[in-house]
Amino acid sequence: MRIRITVNGNQEEMDVEPRELLADVLRNRLDLKGTRIGCDTSNCGACTVLIDGKAVKSCTMLAVQADGHDVMTVEGLSDGEKLHPIQEAFVQKHGMQCGYCTSGMLMTAYWLLSRNKDPDDGEIRKFFSGNLCRCTGYQDIIDSVKYASELMQPQEEKLIAKEH
Amino acid sequence: MPLQKCKYHLYLVAFVSPKEFEYHAPAELQEAFSLLKEHGDNAKILAGGQSLIPLLKSRIFSVPHLVDIGRIRGLKNVVENGSEIRIGALVTISDLEANNEIRTRFQAISDAAGLIGDPLVRNRGTIGGNISHGDPSNDMPAAMVALKARFKLSSQQGERIVDAGEFFIDTLQTDVREGEILTEIIVPEPRNRSGSAYMKLKKTAGDFCVAGVAVSVSLDQHGGLSGLNVAITAAGPRVIEVKGLEEKVTGKKLNEELSAIISTEVVNASEPAEDFYGTVEYKRKVIGLLTGDCLELAVERAKEGAKR
Ligand SMILES: Cc1cc2nc3c(=O)[nH]c(=O)nc-3n(C[C@H](O)[C@H](O)[C@H](O)COP(=O)(O)OP(=O)(O)OC[C@H]3O[C@@H](n4cnc5c(N)ncnc54)[C@H](O)[C@@H]3O)c2cc1C
Ligand code: FES
Ligand code: FES
Repeated sequence: MRIRITVNGNQEEMDVEPRELLADVLRNRLDLKGTRIGCDTSNCGACTVLIDGKAVKSCTMLAVQADGHDVMTVEGLSDGEKLHPIQEAFVQKHGMQCGYCTSGMLMTAYWLLSRNKDPDDGEIRKFFSGNLCRCTGYQDIIDSVKYASELMQPQEEKLIAKEH
Repeated sequence: MPLQKCKYHLYLVAFVSPKEFEYHAPAELQEAFSLLKEHGDNAKILAGGQSLIPLLKSRIFSVPHLVDIGRIRGLKNVVENGSEIRIGALVTISDLEANNEIRTRFQAISDAAGLIGDPLVRNRGTIGGNISHGDPSNDMPAAMVALKARFKLSSQQGERIVDAGEFFIDTLQTDVREGEILTEIIVPEPRNRSGSAYMKLKKTAGDFCVAGVAVSVSLDQHGGLSGLNVAITAAGPRVIEVKGLEEKVTGKKLNEELSAIISTEVVNASEPAEDFYGTVEYKRKVIGLLTGDCLELAVERAKEGAKR
């Protein structure tokens, strides 16, 4: 089946099988390997991407369901060589160890910060309850998200929530 | 394997890609009805996919045709008219959670929405899917039963309305008949001095529950109970409605003693089975404790509502 999706601002048109999952299409057909597949059972959030500005698990969505929608993956964060403030914050605050969960964490952080520029600990924990990390113990991730929110304060116009 | 048996096997299997199926994405309800009629038993409705896609990936369940109703217009509205609130079947769990009208007057729905899975699941899962899946561990059914909701089922033949209390038949089996789509959830506006609540016990963040309890209460002018509905999640083959409570409590004020009496009634109505989440004895304890807490919160909310 022919689908058209916007991925990180680029129009993509391709033939997919209806049973192909969005995560697989992003990784294998578009070669966007930043999106990870961790559990493949809808539990870990490593595959998190944004659909029309909202964070979802791309292993639990068919690519055909994304037809006509706007997809953003971790590759859409940086501006060329320049890291996005959320990425910069994760580097500065050690928000990762093995890094397997990180793309998902970054996308959930982007979604959260597009809705609330200055979230408190409780809200961060709540928003991240679908993203598992086996390494960090989460505290550094929370610190990273808070630091990202600080870094982003002066340039908030960059983050216009794309929800519709 | 019959769909009813699928649930507990999900923990035991590896996930792969779903088996092949044909995908249909109608833009109009009428088109969806024709597709469902044409393919009958060979078709399954797809909404947010948060229950169905994991099942398809497990290959425990497969189906030749998927009818994706996600593009149908007009099923995403929430409309209130003073006597009831009408929620479109495609409203996401996230949108329910964020809705202020629901938060202030239909609190059990709001509570349940905020406890379903995790925020990523809630961004795609829909209220219609959560109800129609017929999983006794889904949270929305108990809130629906406690709030006396009614469901609009639409098909080529027209529409019929079914009470939430009559809708849930068995595990993964509801009163949605072949060719029908659940299009709207209708919840009556609570009376003055009413409140509701939903609570569940989870083992880990984002998980289904050991058990959950939904309570809705109304108070009379003197603060005595004038109405009480309770429903239980994950305590039997389907959501359990606790019947006959009202006559036992009418006119009485909620105190520790009455709360204990109600909790015992609720525990006795439950039929939990031993599984991954615990033993029968443990689950009965959990249901009793949740009932007490949930009653207290619902009554507190009813009193707050009376002041507004
Ligand atoms: C990691 C994870 C955790 C979860 N935790 C919870 C939890 O704690 N509590 C909970 O309640 N749920 C939980 N869920 C399940 C999920 O939230 C719900 O089941 C979901 O809301 C179902 O909605 P959906 O739109 O995704 O339905 P789908 O998966 O698209 O459909 C589910 C079923 O309903 C049928 N259906 C859907 N819409 C309609 C309709 N309008 N008319 C008729 N039939 C229809 C489909 O044919 C299918 O059989 C979890 C899911 C995941 C992946
Ligand atoms: S890979 Fe999608 S949730 Fe784990
Ligand atoms: S950094 Fe290893 S899983 Fe999160």
